[in-house]
Amino acid sequence: MNSPATETRSVVVERDIPHPPEKIWRALTQPHLIEEWLMKNDFEPVVGHRFNLCGDWGGVLDCEVLAIEPNKTLSYTWNFAHDDAAYNLKSVVTFTLTPTSTGTRLRMEQSGFRPDQKQAYGGAKAGWQKFVAKLEQVLARAD
Amino acid sequence: MPNAHDVLFRTLADPTRRAIFERLCRNGEQTVAALTARAKVSQPAVSKHLGVLKQARLVRDRHEGRQTHYSAQLGALAPLIDWTSQMAGFWQSRFDDLEDLLKRMDQ
Repeated sequence: MNSPATETRSVVVERDIPHPPEKIWRALTQPHLIEEWLMKNDFEPVVGHRFNLCGDWGGVLDCEVLAIEPNKTLSYTWNFAHDDAAYNLKSVVTFTLTPTSTGTRLRMEQSGFRPDQKQAYGGAKAGWQKFVAKLEQVLARAD
Repeated sequence: MPNAHDVLFRTLADPTRRAIFERLCRNGEQTVAALTARAKVSQPAVSKHLGVLKQARLVRDRHEGRQTHYSAQLGALAPLIDWTSQMAGFWQSRFDDLEDLLKRMDQ
């Protein structure tokens, strides 16, 4: 068993999307399209390419392309440097596209979180406004 | 953990109370009088909300002379600001935007 200090966790989000993998691949790999659903970026679909994702909260993520298999797999690092180790993030995001009868199953796995990490991005104060919006959504669903 | 969540959600579900907490998050320590001046409710009502926030450990009070100063305790949010659930929520909403984009790409 891993000790709490070294144990890492991952997040998996899967969704069936009624579009073919080739189209989703474009949205995942073309900078102007990435910006529309994720963040501003200088992504290039080249293994080893270093790029930044710039969030609208002012934070900048350091990324490096790790693996590319067109229309199937895309993997890059998703790191956030912070002076406070508890806010530092070193993680890897992997998108996997699997064709289905109705389109594509898109799977996103982000791995590398440590349990002692506090926040995914930004400071607690900056994140508060967004957090409240999410909280309200959760409350609405909880009824 | 569910209990800690229940208390936090219940405490922050009230819009007036949440507004008071947000103001403390944004502007730092403040007196009841200062908070009342910005709130749309009476000072006793503000004090009552602060009492509920204090019970949930979301605020801390500090007495100075006749004034009581309140400050936000962001650490109390820790049970909710869990990495994995926060990031899962982040990706779900990104995927919503991705699907919107894919629909527009059809045109």
